[in-house]
Amino acid sequence: MTAHLPQSLAEISEDFLALDDNDRVQLLLEFALELPALPERYRDHPELFERVEECQSPVYIFVEVDSENIVSVFATAPEQAPTTRGFASILASGLSGMSAPDVLNVSDDFPNMLGLAKIISPLRLRGMGGMLRRIKRQVSEKQN
Amino acid sequence: MPVPVDNNPKFDEYVHPEVLVTTDWLEQNLGTPGLVVLESDEDVLLYEIGHIPGSFKIDWHTDLNDPVVRDYIDGESLSKLFSARGISPDTTIVIYGDKSNWWATYALWVFKLFGHADVRILDGGRDKWISEGRPLTTEKPIAVATTYPVLERDDASIRAYKDDVLAHLGKPLIDVRSPEEFSGERTHMPSYPEEGALRGGHIPGAASVPWARAVNEDGTYKTRAELETLYLDGAGLTAGDDVIAYCRIGERSSHTWFALKYLLGFETVRNYDGSWTEWGSAVRVPIEIGAK
Repeated sequence: MTAHLPQSLAEISEDFLALDDNDRVQLLLEFALELPALPERYRDHPELFERVEECQSPVYIFVEVDSENIVSVFATAPEQAPTTRGFASILASGLSGMSAPDVLNVSDDFPNMLGLAKIISPLRLRGMGGMLRRIKRQVSEKQN
Repeated sequence: MPVPVDNNPKFDEYVHPEVLVTTDWLEQNLGTPGLVVLESDEDVLLYEIGHIPGSFKIDWHTDLNDPVVRDYIDGESLSKLFSARGISPDTTIVIYGDKSNWWATYALWVFKLFGHADVRILDGGRDKWISEGRPLTTEKPIAVATTYPVLERDDASIRAYKDDVLAHLGKPLIDVRSPEEFSGERTHMPSYPEEGALRGGHIPGAASVPWARAVNEDGTYKTRAELETLYLDGAGLTAGDDVIAYCRIGERSSHTWFALKYLLGFETVRNYDGSWTEWGSAVRVPIEIGAK
């Protein structure tokens, strides 16, 4: 069921699915710890960022589409919200570098393709869906 | 041998002062034989990024809920869970967590369904411990496995089912959700859209006391006098009342259940864990709307 996933996301999905439940938690933790800090040019511009209301932790996203129509996703979330950081990190690393049309083609069902339903209550996964939908909306507004 | 209680003067006023410990007490007592510390969070990764040294993780979703039926684990699963964490029937358990201890009190409530004697809550929870700069570790402790007996779960005294609530109508109910959920303007708490229900409103006769009114800014419980003002003067409860608390899935109401049961000493208080996600979707149960 990875037909609608670009390679970067398909690889993330395969990595998760290859693990047992405990190791999936560990992998999500690695993503959480690897969420990059915001680049200098955006650090002092909170007004550019959109709050993801679907997540109960304060997570903010911002999408950049360059003149070549290549997407970069930036996200920021508190250290004490690691699950949310993990989701943001998966999307930021998986989607950044893709073309705008490819991002718009990503399946909305991607959060359910990571095998996390058993270890994380559905509410958190929906939060990731909210992030993805908001990223896609920003891409559609900003693409060339 | 139970671990000595925390003699903090604030706790002394409560009907059951032994159920709370301060961050000071816990730091001093870490490593005491007979004490096991558990972290119970909403965020499944919080324990992994740093926890109180020697504490074990407990996950409300994967450890306490039945994986198939909307119910709690049975005695056999609890026995395994406790054995793996070095807990015996006479162990003193201290639980702490995120979100002002929602899931810590939820875990305590589940343990009480099985009658584990000595379970306490860290007043203020994880956030208070961290804000005070107390030690954290990412090292996971290794328990010496115990043999914990397979106990029967007794739902009758502290858990209410939908039919119990129907039979209870006319007696005191405390709705701990947000005012917007109570009035019926929204069927879910802000930011939790998928845990909604088909109808909005509240169970007829319920008094609205959002859970957070029971705590101070630092997440610690308010004093007994303040809690009495809130629940007796404010919500109209009187000593000896038979009370049921509910929220959306039973976690915020565990927090209020704990305050009513142990801090104010109501003998008969039950948590309705089906809460609004069941009641608000059930066919032909009575519903009231509007603020009151």
